[in-house]
Amino acid sequence: MATTVTPAVPGRRRRTPLARREARWAYLFLAPWIVGFLAFTAGPMVASLWLSFTEYDVINAPRFSGLDNYRQLVSDPQVARSLGNTVYYTALHVPLVMVISLALALLLKRVGRLQGFFRTVFYLPVMTPAVAVGILFLLLLNTQDGLVNRGLALVGIDGPSWTTDPDWVLPGIVLMSLWSLGSTVIIYLAALQNVPRDLYEAADLDGAGPWTRFRHVTLPMISGALFFTLIVNTIASLQMFTEVYTMYFGNRQTAGSFNSDAASFYVIHLFREAFQFLHMGFASAMAWLLFLVILAITLVQVKLGNRFVYYEGEDG
Amino acid sequence: MTTTTRPVGVGTVVAPVAPSRPARQPDDGRRPRWQRVLFVLALLATAVAFLLPFVWLVSASLRPREYVFAPGFLPVPFAPDNYTEAWHAMPLLTWLFNSLVVGVAAAATATLSSAWVAFGFAYFRFPGRNLLFGLVLATMMLPFAVTMIPTYLIWNRLGLVDTQVPLWAGNLFGSAFYIFLLRQFFLSLPREYFEAARVDGASYPQLFWRMAFPLVRPALLVAFVFEFKASWTDLVKPLIYLRNEQLYTLPRGLKVILDRFGYGGEQQWEIVLAGSVIATVPMIVLFFLAQRHFVEGIATTGRKG
Repeated sequence: MATTVTPAVPGRRRRTPLARREARWAYLFLAPWIVGFLAFTAGPMVASLWLSFTEYDVINAPRFSGLDNYRQLVSDPQVARSLGNTVYYTALHVPLVMVISLALALLLKRVGRLQGFFRTVFYLPVMTPAVAVGILFLLLLNTQDGLVNRGLALVGIDGPSWTTDPDWVLPGIVLMSLWSLGSTVIIYLAALQNVPRDLYEAADLDGAGPWTRFRHVTLPMISGALFFTLIVNTIASLQMFTEVYTMYFGNRQTAGSFNSDAASFYVIHLFREAFQFLHMGFASAMAWLLFLVILAITLVQVKLGNRFVYYEGEDG
Repeated sequence: MTTTTRPVGVGTVVAPVAPSRPARQPDDGRRPRWQRVLFVLALLATAVAFLLPFVWLVSASLRPREYVFAPGFLPVPFAPDNYTEAWHAMPLLTWLFNSLVVGVAAAATATLSSAWVAFGFAYFRFPGRNLLFGLVLATMMLPFAVTMIPTYLIWNRLGLVDTQVPLWAGNLFGSAFYIFLLRQFFLSLPREYFEAARVDGASYPQLFWRMAFPLVRPALLVAFVFEFKASWTDLVKPLIYLRNEQLYTLPRGLKVILDRFGYGGEQQWEIVLAGSVIATVPMIVLFFLAQRHFVEGIATTGRKG
């Protein structure tokens, strides 16, 4: 699809004046992105790497400190805690979102005209500002009068202290995160609607039951979408910030509140190190560790994914 | 790198003018009626679970302080005064206005510059094109935390911390997601059409501005709507760059309301809730106005709302 029809440009080395003229214009069109990339991506990456070997508090000039930050990084229990929380959250959040979204998308595909209505309902939470989501769930998860525990009480379950019991803070956050799975549902629905109908008809002729159809037609045909959401959701949840910061962190009274350990996520810890305690060097080292973690997880996913993902138009 | 993988069929969803929604599949005729009823009931139950938090939010925001946590979903006793109280306690109108200004600035700059760059990638053949486009896609994978601190230092050096400029000015350089999205649309335009205009003496900027730009208007709207929403709901940038309360956007202001009236000495949750409703309603309205574009945007780019 990326191939465009172009007038034949003779030779790779020797370009016609016309081709050179065209290339000049091309770079002119690309110029904003190139400038932005150098100033706001590549430059900052280099700067951040350099800062990660320094001590820097913004007011005084950076002081080179070698590997100090990295040494501190691997021995700091707070960092370990926040990384552990983040990985725990991701390990629960991503599979749950994928399974529930797929179930909803499969149902949505079959309800005809009502689809638009349900799609809207599932997407509305995504439109709610994350700060408002955090506030809302702080109250919904309230131990005594929260809607969640009231609902659980209806079916005879004594709900946990979601926001105050350190063991239940993370499950509560996962529960909140499920409310905003609407965009994943829409991606799956779009993928499901692109599965050619004749594949199902062929499966029917072969006498395939619903499970076989799902396993051997639906799943392979939407594996690209599943793989894509796996990667995007993983990267996003490893960077979870706003909802949890809103709920459990802030200035004054809430700073270092009862739950700051149980609800400490990696980017929240990083943010506070950088902008609250002005440990810019240490925070930069934290950022690079996060980058490496995300890169490693993504590479593993891609490696595994390549075995299972079916691409249309691929030979063999 | 990884982002080059796309959901199956994306290429077919993208069309130049008014990308068509995939045709709704008629109901599977062979499926027994009771099964369809069962599906609808299951979806209804889930839909109720998704809607209840909204119902509770609006209802609780309309109850007097001591009834905020009362059981039930009706705003009784009824206390609409919460809204006037919140309005007076905090500069909500200023924050609303700030969010609007920043949102429009962020969305307009992102859309225009991304379209300009995307056209460059779609139309021209030049050395290094694939490498550069690969770089564009790769930047989507970079955690914002890596560039966050040096970016702050840049704006600080420019003396623009505690202004709203850093909240949108980065968008002047295009944004990877929208460059990717718009390039897809530009690629689907017939090339002969542009070549004919070239023969008639049109310049490249004219090709972009007079021909390509109007032809991909639906995709531009998708990008605009998405970026406006991203800006409207963002807390991180205002948290980093703004000190002066008069410059705050709504989410940043909402956080102040929570810290002051939620956690603060005397808890006044009704004010926090009224503020939350005020921050949420404009987004819901935008969604209903631009619903089609949101759905297209997600289905084609897979962008997380």
